[in-house]
Amino acid sequence: MKRAQKENLIKRLFCLFSLLSIVFLLGIVIVLFKEGLPIFRTTSLGNFLFGKFWYPTYEPPDFGILPLLLGSLWVAVGALIIAVPLGVAGAIYISEVAQSKIKEFIKPVIELLAGIPSVVYGFFGMVIVAPLVQEVFKLPVGLNAFTASVLLGIMAIPTITSISEDAISSVPNSFKEASFALGANRWETTVKVTVPAAAGGISTAIILGMGRAIGETMTVLMVAGGAAVIPHSFFQPVRTMTATIAAEMGETVVGSTHFQALFAIAIILFIMTLTFNIIADLLTQKFRRRLR
Amino acid sequence: MISRKLKEYIGFGILRLATLIILLALFAILYFVAVNGIKVINWQFLTQMPHSGMTAGGILPAILGTFYLVVCAICFALPLGVAAAIYLTEYAKQGKLIRIIRIGINNLAGVPSVVFGLFGLAVFVKFFGFGISILSGGLTLGILILPTIIRASEEALLVVPQSFREASLALGATKWQTIRKVVLPNAISGMLTGSILGIGRAAGETAPILFTAVTFYTMRLPRSIFSEVQALPYHIYALMTEGTHPETQIPVAYGTALVLVFLVLGIDSIAIVIRNRFRRRKKW
Repeated sequence: MKRAQKENLIKRLFCLFSLLSIVFLLGIVIVLFKEGLPIFRTTSLGNFLFGKFWYPTYEPPDFGILPLLLGSLWVAVGALIIAVPLGVAGAIYISEVAQSKIKEFIKPVIELLAGIPSVVYGFFGMVIVAPLVQEVFKLPVGLNAFTASVLLGIMAIPTITSISEDAISSVPNSFKEASFALGANRWETTVKVTVPAAAGGISTAIILGMGRAIGETMTVLMVAGGAAVIPHSFFQPVRTMTATIAAEMGETVVGSTHFQALFAIAIILFIMTLTFNIIADLLTQKFRRRLR
Repeated sequence: MISRKLKEYIGFGILRLATLIILLALFAILYFVAVNGIKVINWQFLTQMPHSGMTAGGILPAILGTFYLVVCAICFALPLGVAAAIYLTEYAKQGKLIRIIRIGINNLAGVPSVVFGLFGLAVFVKFFGFGISILSGGLTLGILILPTIIRASEEALLVVPQSFREASLALGATKWQTIRKVVLPNAISGMLTGSILGIGRAAGETAPILFTAVTFYTMRLPRSIFSEVQALPYHIYALMTEGTHPETQIPVAYGTALVLVFLVLGIDSIAIVIRNRFRRRKKW
């Protein structure tokens, strides 16, 4: 009987450990809300979300995050415009075209691309890409939304490629064989059969890429230019939500309205990335069910 | 018929081109960092303290700081992650609880890194009173890499054939004895991969340690886990955004970036090699 008790105890212990991820996730939610919600005593939710001015250190301060929200979306959408075609094309190439030798080379290389720290992308952006962008487009500053989008795009490619590739290679062979049997060649099969069948997985990849781009901090902090104004063009300096938190948290007094406002930005950021993750999760399940 | 062939040719050509652009982007980054970084790297750069306001001397404190942070993170996350993976693969039955745990892990992996930084600031720095320190930063990084470690460990455990477990149970071993003496020894190299990937991730992250662990100017090496530290990724950021001598700071930043990239990609490559070997050799 003792042995069974011991076994039971061990099982419970492990169960406790596996719950820790949820504990941490809930902990993050609690902390964000506890520190961030008090801002809504001084600023209404409407003014916070749709206020056009972010002047946290003025007297009285303005905590409108619309410029930051749009900055984040602007840069992330720009990144996807670059990353989606390249990333998905790369995934199709890897799973449908490349020979196995080339495949074995490319896949780890793309994993390495994901491994480069974001601060290195930011650094590369500042010293190489920004001067290049400034030169080519004859701009006053090279640090702007466009430069940030290019770098975030490169960073989002590994996420999009590896997940799309998984989806494409999980399309059953019988689908392709049926298409070949009807006389289609490899290109026609790829475009009309394989890729549409993997569309669910590919959209998951795109959504996760979007989440990644919105949450990315160091790169945009370094290359997006940092101007908290509503963006009108891609060649304008912008400031994202993440960059605002990272840049300003060091200067705030704990518990001040500015401090609360930064936590409130984090709430919005958290809700956005959570939504993207949940949509991606649901899509994956639906996709799996359909292929079965 | 010719036009169909041509279409296929052009289509595959475009795919090939896209892949080439991706590879080119990677090589461009590595090339510029390597060519400019190698110029400033020498033995002194790696082993000496900085001087003249970070524009000269070495980056020893940043290297050591990153090392301490990573060790702290892995000591925290590895036991927790492996334990969670053991529960998920060995004990749990499919059901609501598992579904919720999985959602938790997936979403934790998707939380932006700067949000982890805020969490660390509020909980470890302020609430527990650890201050800006190796401990606060290490724990924050530990939570960040937890999902990576859980997933890799799970994958490693799932690869161990069911027959191994059945054989052990048939000999009268308990579940825990089976896990400890049969399953874990066979899964160890896969778990190693997970922890190595976690180390690579932790070493390169900046945002989570921004308000929990790092400082730009410090003339001393850390003395305890309650000391604030320099760290390689933060050092690059600080060199590019603070200080008043860009012409001397940028070369130092290049050198630091090369050290960081070499470290992180080196660590990742080791993990990939171990994993590939493990996948190939272990054919039960």
